[in-house]
Amino acid sequence: MDTHASMTNLPDSAEAQLHAPTGEVEHAHPTWSTYWKVALILTLITVGEVWAYYLPSFVASRGFVPTLLALSALKFAIVVMFYMHLKYDHRLFRVLFTGPLFIAALTLIALMFLFGHLVIKVM
Amino acid sequence: MSATVVHTSAPAHHHYTALGLDSRKVAIWAFIGSECMLFVSLISTYLIYKGRSVIGPLPHEAWTDPTTGQVFKPILNIPVTSASTFVLLMSSLFMVLALAAVQNKELPKRTRGERILGSSKLWLWMTAIAGTTFLGFQAYEFTSFVHEGLSIRRNLFGSTFFTLTGFHGAHVTAGVLWLVTLLAIDYRRGLTSKDSLLVDISALYWHFVDVIWIVIFTLVYLIK
Repeated sequence: MDTHASMTNLPDSAEAQLHAPTGEVEHAHPTWSTYWKVALILTLITVGEVWAYYLPSFVASRGFVPTLLALSALKFAIVVMFYMHLKYDHRLFRVLFTGPLFIAALTLIALMFLFGHLVIKVM
Repeated sequence: MSATVVHTSAPAHHHYTALGLDSRKVAIWAFIGSECMLFVSLISTYLIYKGRSVIGPLPHEAWTDPTTGQVFKPILNIPVTSASTFVLLMSSLFMVLALAAVQNKELPKRTRGERILGSSKLWLWMTAIAGTTFLGFQAYEFTSFVHEGLSIRRNLFGSTFFTLTGFHGAHVTAGVLWLVTLLAIDYRRGLTSKDSLLVDISALYWHFVDVIWIVIFTLVYLIK
C-alpha cells in the first residue's frame, strides 16, 4: 500500500487536497480576464500617482505623502493577492510572507523614529 | 514499521512537507520573506540619509555648487521612470499569463485567441523582453546620472540610490536569466501542466521583484 507512490501522477492542487489536514486546500486561481482587469487597475493607480506628483498644490498639502503611500500599499497588496495568488494559496505561505514583511515594516518605522524622520508631538 | 516502508518508498523527485505542500514552494516563499528584510534594510538606509546630502546633485531640488557656480538640475527623471514602471507592471501580467498557459497546456485551443493565450513561449518571451527593457531604462538612467555628475561616491543620495536600485536591477537580471532557462526548457521538450510548479516558483520571484519596485518607485521617485 504505497500511498505516496499512488499520488505521484496527480496535479499539485489534487495532491494538496489529499494532504490537507483540515480542509486547508488551494482554491482555483483567477481567470485570464481577472488578470487583465488587475493590470488595468494597476496601470490606472500608477497614472494617478504620477499625475499627483505634477500637482504642486497637492504636493505641498499634508495629504500628498499619505495618499501616495496608500496607493503604493494598494498596488503591493493587489499584486501579492492576485498575481502571486496569496489570496488563494495555503495559509502557511501567507505567514511566510507577511511575518518577515511585518517585522521589516516595524524595523523601518523604528529606524525612522530613531533618526528623527518621524516624531510624536506631545502637546 | 509499515509507516516507515511507505515513506522510504516515496519517489525521490517529490518533496512534500508534513502539510502536503511542495517544499520547493515553501522554500521560495521563505526566500521571498528573507528578501523582504533585505530590501527593507536598503530602503531604510535610503530614507535615513534622505535630505542629508551636503553636496548635489539632489533628487528633487536644483543645487548650485558654491565653489564653481555650476547649477545642477533635479536629477530624477520621472517620465522615464514612469515608463519603466509601466513596463515592469506589464511584465507581471505577461508572467501570470505564461503560468496560466502552462497550467492549461492540455486544454484544447479552438480559437485564435485561445491559441495566443495558451502559448507559454509567447508570454515567457514577452516577460523576458519587458524585463530586459526595464534593465535598459535603468542603464540609461544610471548613465545619464553619471554624466550629470552623480556617482555612487558623490554624496549620500548617490550612495544609497545606486545601492538600492542597483540591487533591484541585479534581481531583475537574475529573473530574466531564470526566464531564459524556462524558455530553453520549453523549446527543448515543451513545458506541460506537470511543470507548472517550475513556472509558478519563477513567477513568484518575478512578481516579488515587481512589488519591490512598486515601493521603490513611490518612496524614491515620487515622494519629495
